[in-house]
Amino acid sequence: MLDFSIIVDYWDMYMQGFGHTVKASLLALLGSLLIGIVIAVFRIAPVRPLNWFGAAYVEFIRNIPLILVVFVFFFGFPALGVRLDSFTAGTLGLTVYTAAFIAEVIRAGILSVPKGQMEAARSSGLTYLQTMRYIILPQAIKIVIPPLGNQFINLVKNSSILGVIAGLDLMYFGDLISSETFVTFDVYIFVAMFYLVLTVPLSLGVGFLERRLARSR
Amino acid sequence: MKWKNVWKKVIGIGLTAMLSATMLVGCSGGTETGGEDKTKETSTTEGNTLEKIKERGKLVVGVKYDLNLFGLKDPQTGKVEGFDIDIAKGLAKKILGDENKIELKEVTSKTRIPMLNNGEIDAIIATMTITEERKKEVDFSDVYFKAGQSLLVKKDSNINGLKDIKKGVTVLTAKGSTSAQNIREKAPEATVLEFENYAEAFTALKAGQGDALTTDNAILFGMAKQDPNYRVVDETFTEEPYGIAVRKGDQEFLQVINEYLKELKESGEYDKIYEKWMGQKPKQ
Repeated sequence: MLDFSIIVDYWDMYMQGFGHTVKASLLALLGSLLIGIVIAVFRIAPVRPLNWFGAAYVEFIRNIPLILVVFVFFFGFPALGVRLDSFTAGTLGLTVYTAAFIAEVIRAGILSVPKGQMEAARSSGLTYLQTMRYIILPQAIKIVIPPLGNQFINLVKNSSILGVIAGLDLMYFGDLISSETFVTFDVYIFVAMFYLVLTVPLSLGVGFLERRLARSR
Repeated sequence: MKWKNVWKKVIGIGLTAMLSATMLVGCSGGTETGGEDKTKETSTTEGNTLEKIKERGKLVVGVKYDLNLFGLKDPQTGKVEGFDIDIAKGLAKKILGDENKIELKEVTSKTRIPMLNNGEIDAIIATMTITEERKKEVDFSDVYFKAGQSLLVKKDSNINGLKDIKKGVTVLTAKGSTSAQNIREKAPEATVLEFENYAEAFTALKAGQGDALTTDNAILFGMAKQDPNYRVVDETFTEEPYGIAVRKGDQEFLQVINEYLKELKESGEYDKIYEKWMGQKPKQ
């Protein structure tokens, strides 16, 4: 039986951690979506240098472990004179890392829109950017919703990386509580529950969105 | 047919692994028994230790083999070196007139008292904290090293002790350590950040992510030695005085040891040994 006195005694710590995890996840979600879209467009835009930049970003970032990306922000940036606190460094690392995956998802979505759409739009006088904005992206979004949802769920779970650099998130406080109480198993079960509180609604929300968009098609 | 071959391989590999494991265990066991044989001749607990040492012509001391700065066996040369070792050698010189008339034996925190009490070693010089509990089993000399929790700071930092750990100061340490609990108790205003281990905490300190790193000064001295841009503050805010342990009731031997420690400090030799290993002079 789980020791529920832990969650009562350490409620403040759990809540502080939960708050930071929510905050980090939301910021990283918005940030990585923005960066991801930009990088995806870079990768398929008819401008060579942009293609190279986009490809370099994706290949470089997604082939490094997340923890090392976070270390670069936390331990590396101070050497360049930019000191980021642990929460900021962790959230930035998470954003930059997830953006690489999101860029790939979105690129695949855009490429799955038939080529004729682009050609038709361009020949009816729309510019490249207009075509992207009004013709291609709205169609691509429907296609990318399910894989994008996966990325967001991963992002919430990956936010536990903040715990390693004392980022005050759920995992960090989980570690502290467990080393104080020695009731390791129970402590982390509660940590897992808090993650589920975030990820299950996210998962259901993505499913709902998917069904709605399928209908509107 | 195919599966049979696979199973054969799996079992083969398993057996080889087990065999090599037993061989390894066997090897280490062998060296231990070798050690025990030798000790039999010295394992007479009766009588005066001081006379025994002189008779034998060498001092047998239990030291640690795995502790940086205090007693560490260099895997390349096989030599054991450290602060404790230098203290032990000085004692051999005091008693026998030659610092090389010494035999070092590896002890762990678990084995040291049994080994002392069954006569395998004459004394323990192995980062042993003097406690009331242990005083029931052995006698301790005067303090020869003041260990305790302290702070590692940048050389030019204006943090000089616990009193400077105020609100707005960030202290780094490792997760789940007693050091973390202590600093929270003693400086409740400060921000405490806990990392996976001390190496990471030190990296964070170097990256300017905190103002001080706290743990046992023995560990901090090692860090300060590795990066001379950092220093250990003089104050220790927990007390873990190290003493040399001898068998209970071994008054004559204990007196010589205390005399030796006194001479060591008065002659300035102690400061030299301290600075050699800790990288800075002992506090007064």
